[in-house]
Amino acid sequence: MRAVRHVKKRSSRPTEDVFYAIADPTRRGLLDLLSEREESVNFLAGRFAMSRPAISQHLGVLLQARLVRARRVGRERRYRLNPRPLEEIHDWVAHYEQFWKWKLGALGEHLGKKK
Amino acid sequence: MRRELHFEVVYPNSPEEVWRALTDPEELASWLMENNFSPRVGHKFQFHMKSRLGFRRAIECEVLEADEPRTLSYRWGKEGSVVTFRLEPTSEGTRLHLEHKGFGGVRGRTLAWMLGRGWKRKIFVRLPGILGPAGLRAENLSKGDGK
Repeated sequence: MRAVRHVKKRSSRPTEDVFYAIADPTRRGLLDLLSEREESVNFLAGRFAMSRPAISQHLGVLLQARLVRARRVGRERRYRLNPRPLEEIHDWVAHYEQFWKWKLGALGEHLGKKK
Repeated sequence: MRRELHFEVVYPNSPEEVWRALTDPEELASWLMENNFSPRVGHKFQFHMKSRLGFRRAIECEVLEADEPRTLSYRWGKEGSVVTFRLEPTSEGTRLHLEHKGFGGVRGRTLAWMLGRGWKRKIFVRLPGILGPAGLRAENLSKGDGK
């Protein structure tokens, strides 16, 4: 239900949508699957042992965040990953950069205690 | 987008002391993470990560090179990046060069994001002095964290 309300609200801050979308493990799983190929809701519902409406809700959140794209093939919609928002907002190497700076500092403190 | 990171730090300790800090599981735990490391090529081990936001995650690693006390290298996580430490004696102690490279793929980006999510606040709070613009940017993003 939360997901539906979120879609209707239409946030004006796209990065917030991406963070919200990716915070959920099912949606991360969906992104993983869709990173390999285009899939239909039925296929995805089978892979996650979830109802079609539940998967559709998750896909709605991902669509809102522009993390997936949909197209119609005959009577069904197929979804695929759009990695751009992740690349744009997340210079993720920067996180490792901070991590190692922090850790190399901690290593220095650790070594300092031996002196 | 950058694909690798390099750091260089000089510590006032002998290469042997630094090597021990990098390879002894207890010492390693005190500055990096809980682990079951052993400096044998092919040894598979995990770093155990706990974040304040409640993530618990094991980083699956494998030792690629262990040349005491000069070079230590391991594969880091499922995204398959590689962390390499090189130790070089200097007049002041030991120059440690750290290289982390081979980032790639959506899975890697996603995992790294999740890891970063847990770390960034802690880093920001504890070590504001060493953070550059990247740290500030990450903190700004965290304010839009969906809460």
